[in-house]
Amino acid sequence: MTTAVPSPSLTPPPTPSHQGGQVAALPMPGKRFVIGVPYVWLGVFFLLPFLILVYISFVDMGNDIHPFKPIWDSTSGLLTLKYENYWSIFKESEDGALFKTLYVEAYLRSIWYALLTAALCLGLGYPFAYFIARSPASVRPALLMMVMLPFWTSFLLRVYAWKGILADQGVLNQLLMALGIIHEPIQMLYTNVSMLVGMTYVYLPFMVLPLYANLVKMDFRLLEAAYDLGTTPFKAFWLVTVPLSKAGIIAGFMLVFIPSVGEFVIPSLLGGPENIMIGRAVWDEMFTANNWPRASALAVVMIGLIVVPLAVYYHYTGDPAERKA
Amino acid sequence: MKTWLEKNFGKAWMAVVFVFLYLPLMFMVVFSFNSTRQDANFTGFSLRWYEALTRDTKIVEGFWLSLKVAAVTGVFSAVLGTFAAFVLVRYRRFLGRTIFSGMVNAPLVMPEVVIGMSLLLLMVGAQNAFGWPQRGMLTIILGHTLLGMAYGMVVIQSRLLEMDRRIEEAAMDLGARPHQVFFLITLPNIFQAILAAFLLSFTLSFDDVVISEFLSGPGVNTLPQVIFGYARRGINPTIYAAATLLIATVTVVIVSYSVWVARQTRKREREMAAAMRG
Repeated sequence: MTTAVPSPSLTPPPTPSHQGGQVAALPMPGKRFVIGVPYVWLGVFFLLPFLILVYISFVDMGNDIHPFKPIWDSTSGLLTLKYENYWSIFKESEDGALFKTLYVEAYLRSIWYALLTAALCLGLGYPFAYFIARSPASVRPALLMMVMLPFWTSFLLRVYAWKGILADQGVLNQLLMALGIIHEPIQMLYTNVSMLVGMTYVYLPFMVLPLYANLVKMDFRLLEAAYDLGTTPFKAFWLVTVPLSKAGIIAGFMLVFIPSVGEFVIPSLLGGPENIMIGRAVWDEMFTANNWPRASALAVVMIGLIVVPLAVYYHYTGDPAERKA
Repeated sequence: MKTWLEKNFGKAWMAVVFVFLYLPLMFMVVFSFNSTRQDANFTGFSLRWYEALTRDTKIVEGFWLSLKVAAVTGVFSAVLGTFAAFVLVRYRRFLGRTIFSGMVNAPLVMPEVVIGMSLLLLMVGAQNAFGWPQRGMLTIILGHTLLGMAYGMVVIQSRLLEMDRRIEEAAMDLGARPHQVFFLITLPNIFQAILAAFLLSFTLSFDDVVISEFLSGPGVNTLPQVIFGYARRGINPTIYAAATLLIATVTVVIVSYSVWVARQTRKREREMAAAMRG
């Protein structure tokens, strides 16, 4: 009798079942609890508020006590979605030109300055990350820590410091005058330049870290091979290093671009008063104009603007948790 | 093979960027010791702004509030972040996984203005319906934890993904119960990441203006809110003094954390080597 009868000593695997080759860490009731806690928490404090936001973007503005009206009309008993909040973003009045409103301008301005910020961070940060990655391995951790350290100190205070540096009577103007480069203070604060300096400053680490993580893994023998084959260093950099670090460039660009679009603090401290960004527009609509429905509609459109590039990005890279599996 | 360009240009470039990164910090440290309310000329050494800082009740109260908010946020974020990371890494399939993953990650890309506003709408709705909660410390903590949890999750998730799961299997084969495996094997292995998540969400909370502005009630102002209010008005060296103290604290914490991590890593390597030798 040589038929394969499982010997009684070989007990079946212990209760935690192996699902698809993975360790099921907890049995069912535990699993429900582990999933349930963050699920419920996010459902109540993330999904629900977001749905309320979308809801309010479709109703009429109310009065001081009730800032918005309910979606059902109490006289007719009908549910009516109001699209006016969205229309008013793109069209000032009934016969006004489409896309010629302050809001559209604010959206375009926000996207433009977010792109500029990301481009400046890339220009400044790419060589920086590259040189850190090519430093001796012994000094790299210290250099990285030096990049991270300002990031851990208050972002608000660092932005505030630029106010003192860039002011008309500030350090930079005084220094330039002492050096004889300029003869009277030039206005740097409260301009688009000061805003860009602030945004680039704050978001630079977000560009440097993914680029570094990418570049440090690169096989620099490929560059040597390119040199050996007679390429100039510049051409080798352009044809070998840059294409290999594409993933890092895209990741860094997204990490800078996305928070820049909705940035509120930096433009309000360093930017000019006339150039309103979209984060500020939402804020003003909410607190100054007290128009909650329009503020909600502005916010929903802003999310749309951020989700589109993000969806494209994820389409190419995928969910990090899925990728590793 | 290094070209001359890399040797010198690289160092110069790094120096320029580091000066850019540290210029505002150095500026605040220097001018916090200035004897007059001036931003361009150092007129003499004095501690008057530090003295002014201790007497500024708005800043002092804001500081204690921020400290409490940040500490609670840090703990909540670390715990919820661990839950969320564990779910995403270990449970490949469950009902609504896509929605879950979307909800965890969304706060990372949502503008803070939108997070603050939608939570404010929820709070107003809850207040109208149940008369609770009043806007104040609790609501600020809720808002900050939403953000902190997402960042914490990312940190812990990457640690869980690189963890060697065979040691958990080994523990299970040796008869450990699932909760024993988690508390005795998994948790110590990801503890460093949980601590990092705590520090990160603590810092985010301690630094946040926008969400606090939406969710705080009258008379309840965190330190960043107080500073933001001052910053809109003009130059105030008292803030430089506060900044200097913060920079000193952060430097000490970060440096000791790095030293601790390096020591832990070396210790683990030694133990591994010892175990291999038998």
